[in-house]
Amino acid sequence: MDFAFMRDSFVTLLGGVPLTLNLAFMSVSLGAILAMLLALMRMSGFKVLDWPAQAYVFVFRGTPLLVQIFLIYYGLGQFRPTLQEWGLWTFFREPYWCAVLALTLNTAAYASEIIRGGLQSVPHNQVEAARACGMSGFLLFRRIVFPIAVRQALPAYGSEIILMVKATSLASIITMMEVTGLAAKLISQSFRAVEVFVVAGLIYLILNFIITRIIMAIEWWLSPHLRRPPAIEPRLEAAHV
Amino acid sequence: MQQLSYFELIGFGPNGWGWALLTATGMTIAVAICGFLAGSVVGTFVAWGKIGGNVVIRSFADGYTTVLRGIPDLLVIYLFYFGGSAALGAIGSLFGAQGFIGVPAFVTGALAIGIVSGAYQAEVFRGAYQVVSRGEIEAARSVGMHRWLMFRRIIAPQVLRYAIPGLGNTWQLVLKESALISVTGLVELLRQSHIAAGSTRRPFDFYITAAILYLFITWVSTYLFQRAETHSMRGMRRAS
Repeated sequence: MDFAFMRDSFVTLLGGVPLTLNLAFMSVSLGAILAMLLALMRMSGFKVLDWPAQAYVFVFRGTPLLVQIFLIYYGLGQFRPTLQEWGLWTFFREPYWCAVLALTLNTAAYASEIIRGGLQSVPHNQVEAARACGMSGFLLFRRIVFPIAVRQALPAYGSEIILMVKATSLASIITMMEVTGLAAKLISQSFRAVEVFVVAGLIYLILNFIITRIIMAIEWWLSPHLRRPPAIEPRLEAAHV
Repeated sequence: MQQLSYFELIGFGPNGWGWALLTATGMTIAVAICGFLAGSVVGTFVAWGKIGGNVVIRSFADGYTTVLRGIPDLLVIYLFYFGGSAALGAIGSLFGAQGFIGVPAFVTGALAIGIVSGAYQAEVFRGAYQVVSRGEIEAARSVGMHRWLMFRRIIAPQVLRYAIPGLGNTWQLVLKESALISVTGLVELLRQSHIAAGSTRRPFDFYITAAILYLFITWVSTYLFQRAETHSMRGMRRAS
């Protein structure tokens, strides 16, 4: 183990962190919107909406992410003249946008199932009680269904976010120089696989640790009713009466 | 040159890539199965360490599962791909061999998948072990079974029964992870599609075919795992 080399590679690899976080943030936030839409389609009760959403989830969860990335980045090149005609080529030419698109489409499929699980876990009597108070439509969703569903879905969504941070590493295969891309470059220059691996792995572990902590903090903030009530100091003299 | 139609391109005719794609699909399944089995071995030992180990072994096992589930699989594959040949080269030079010794891509891939999926399978096995009732194990002990016999007759069959759904999920992960092995140059399904796409300049057609084939494999394996689950639970009473 060469610690001076490891320190240098740590500094080099830190340069990839902004791109890794950027890809993860973009795809998770865009994916969440799409996932919400898919979950609502699946729960709408209309087969016309339910079936396409089901097919979408099946396809995107059943194929490797790398295939999806290749299909978008290389595959759409086959239709270049058409895409140029539609003015979409500037978008699909960029590896960054292709990676964001593939990651977004992929995470939406997984997240929609998580959101659906959360929405379905809302107890029926809560909804009935809200209706009895005269809430309906968006107000009911905003005040009752959504907060309960978010609490239920958050732990699973947290692990999906971690998975997405890991998945951004695949963007390195289509030339994006995020942490894994820089690590691969460094390994092929220095032939010190173990050292670079340890440093890159450490960076991912730190990132994921921080994200886990943030999710836990949000969970704690969202569930005041589950927190232990503040301990009231028992009066000492009373105990011996 | 006249453009080949999609079905001529992926078919089994003189200009078709059908056989190449089928062979590559076989390679994908082979590397995934080998990796999965390697992961089962790793996972069993790690789960054992988590359940029955002392403080040192347990913290090692916990560290292993935490680290391997927290870093990208691609990094592990790079470690095995580059690190494996470096290690072999070092060992080779001890015996007087010169130059670069490459590890076969299949071995690299299966090992990398095994190490990663071992972390997931360890959690599955540990969860399943905790469902096995304590009474069964005490009963086995009371009739005088020693460790190995108890493991073989009592623990393993029941753990496997409860682990099937979790193992099914891990298998799906492994199958999708096997696509990453293409970076090491192993000609599995994605690599073959990449080669074909490059030489015919029809990338979309080949990647969509690869996607369909992957989808087919996941679909069949979901069905098989469901069959296995119902079969293994045939003697259980269901509370529903």
